[in-house]
Amino acid sequence: MSDAPRFAPGAAVRVKDDWPERRGPCHIRTPHYIRGRRGTIVRPLGAFANPEDLAFARPAPKRTLYHVLFEQEPIWHEGKPADTIMVEVFEHWLEEA
Amino acid sequence: MAAPPRPDSLALLDRLMAALEAKGIVTEAEIAERQANTDKASPETGARMVAKAWTDPAYRQLLLTDGKAAAEAMGVSMAGAPPLGVLENTPTRHHLVVCTLCSCYPRAVLGYPPNWYKSFAYRSRAVREPRAVLAEWGLNLPDSVEVRVVDSTADYRWMVLPMRPAGTEGWDEARLASLVTRDALVGVAVAKPA
Repeated sequence: MSDAPRFAPGAAVRVKDDWPERRGPCHIRTPHYIRGRRGTIVRPLGAFANPEDLAFARPAPKRTLYHVLFEQEPIWHEGKPADTIMVEVFEHWLEEA
Repeated sequence: MAAPPRPDSLALLDRLMAALEAKGIVTEAEIAERQANTDKASPETGARMVAKAWTDPAYRQLLLTDGKAAAEAMGVSMAGAPPLGVLENTPTRHHLVVCTLCSCYPRAVLGYPPNWYKSFAYRSRAVREPRAVLAEWGLNLPDSVEVRVVDSTADYRWMVLPMRPAGTEGWDEARLASLVTRDALVGVAVAKPA
């Protein structure tokens, strides 16, 4: 990978509130329930070919993948306050929070 | 007697395989090797890795930092397999693995996923009400334990390193491994003395 990860462990991030599935055929690995949600970078996991291109046999540049931690309660409005969800999210879905 | 006609689907498969080979994407031999590896894999592989981690601090460190290398150190072929991440349960944190988007599962070390893992019910409920799902399996975790749902959404595959049960001091690896079930390796159960 040539590009260093943009986010460091502990960084506050927000998942883009983007819905490509409304614009046409797509393949995305960002679950709907975290779109627009704030989370915290756990750590970068390495760089992997972008599945959004791979699925359509397009040239797929590598993108940094992160483990991002979210609190359960703000997402579902139920559950225990300390419980969390950890999700693999690609860098192009993340912005500074 | 004439052989029964070949289904059209087999002819389609032949053409697909020929195209994949012609484009240099994958060969039939590579697919056969992956199938053989998956057929060979079973939760006993993951259990052996956990038992070794419980008794060997250096191996535990390797398991938590590079699951693929830790699997290979146990003789598992990880050729072509996705990276393996291992998440450590502690007295204050319990991991529960789910793939809400499809059915990603650490097949290289656990074999084929059980049907419930692929079910819509598990995939939708584990992420939303993990404690209720665990309770239905008889696992009631106290509030002092953080339940960390791990949604396996991309290129890694995730396995849980359960806590070593009390009262197993001095047990050898084989005996320890017998306590580690498939369910404990994805976090829907904990390892318990038999």
